[in-house]
Amino acid sequence: MTETFAALAEPNRFRIVELLRVGARSVNEIGERLDIKQSQVSKHLRVLKEARLVEVEARAQQRLYGLRAEPLRELNDWLARYRDLWDERFRVLDGLLTELEQKKERVHARRHSPKRK
Amino acid sequence: MPADIHRNENESLTRAGTQVERASGRELVIRRWFRARPRTVFDAMTKPELLRRWWAPAGIVLIECEAEVRVGGRYRYVFGRPGEPSMAFSGVYKEVVHGARVVYTQLFEPMPDTGDGLITTTFAEQEGGTLVLQRELFPSKEVLDGVIASGMERGMRETLEQLAVLLAELPA
Repeated sequence: MTETFAALAEPNRFRIVELLRVGARSVNEIGERLDIKQSQVSKHLRVLKEARLVEVEARAQQRLYGLRAEPLRELNDWLARYRDLWDERFRVLDGLLTELEQKKERVHARRHSPKRK
Repeated sequence: MPADIHRNENESLTRAGTQVERASGRELVIRRWFRARPRTVFDAMTKPELLRRWWAPAGIVLIECEAEVRVGGRYRYVFGRPGEPSMAFSGVYKEVVHGARVVYTQLFEPMPDTGDGLITTTFAEQEGGTLVLQRELFPSKEVLDGVIASGMERGMRETLEQLAVLLAELPA
């Protein structure tokens, strides 16, 4: 996981990953699409490969770089569980807020001219 | 990561539920819309007697909850699973604008070496309710990575409650 984040933390690498979501591409294509020098693209791809975020496949004469879903799925899983934790709390909070608002309404209705807001 | 954290801004917040995104290497952003006024949500998320009613996820008990909600004031939440050693979050309020904004440091006491995180929560009136945006800035990218990695390692075996002990953050 740590490598996943380290790899994604660099903006150009993140852009590469975003691009590869559509499908595998060659170094040239990536460089042209994102306007990054080919040598830089290769460097970034090396980091992404080490983080197991991309894999190379040889197709015809070309080497195509494609996304590996697993590390991204791990990240998504974690964020999803963190969200579930908060969502669970917030659903209880929803009930409390309804109760508090109703209480305020009642207090407000009882007063003809509230001294303080 | 790029700033597409705001891409959901114009979608209906009332239906979006709770959203969590990693906004940068060391930052998580949680957003949620509530059907109540900002003042009410602010109170529910800061006053100990109200926090006690919702903060602890299933299986976790909030043992102590103290909060002096003013600039320089301290808070401490002690929590745990019954029959196990308790843990605590604590920190100091840096900014307090009642009903609108609160900023505070956060230390997970069992791991003091990780240092303080900084939580910024804003309460904005929107669509007849309140949009809460909570930015959790971790002490470093490594700490957030570590939190995530520890969650992943145990991942599949953990129940949501056990995960909560590791990851639970303070509400505003």
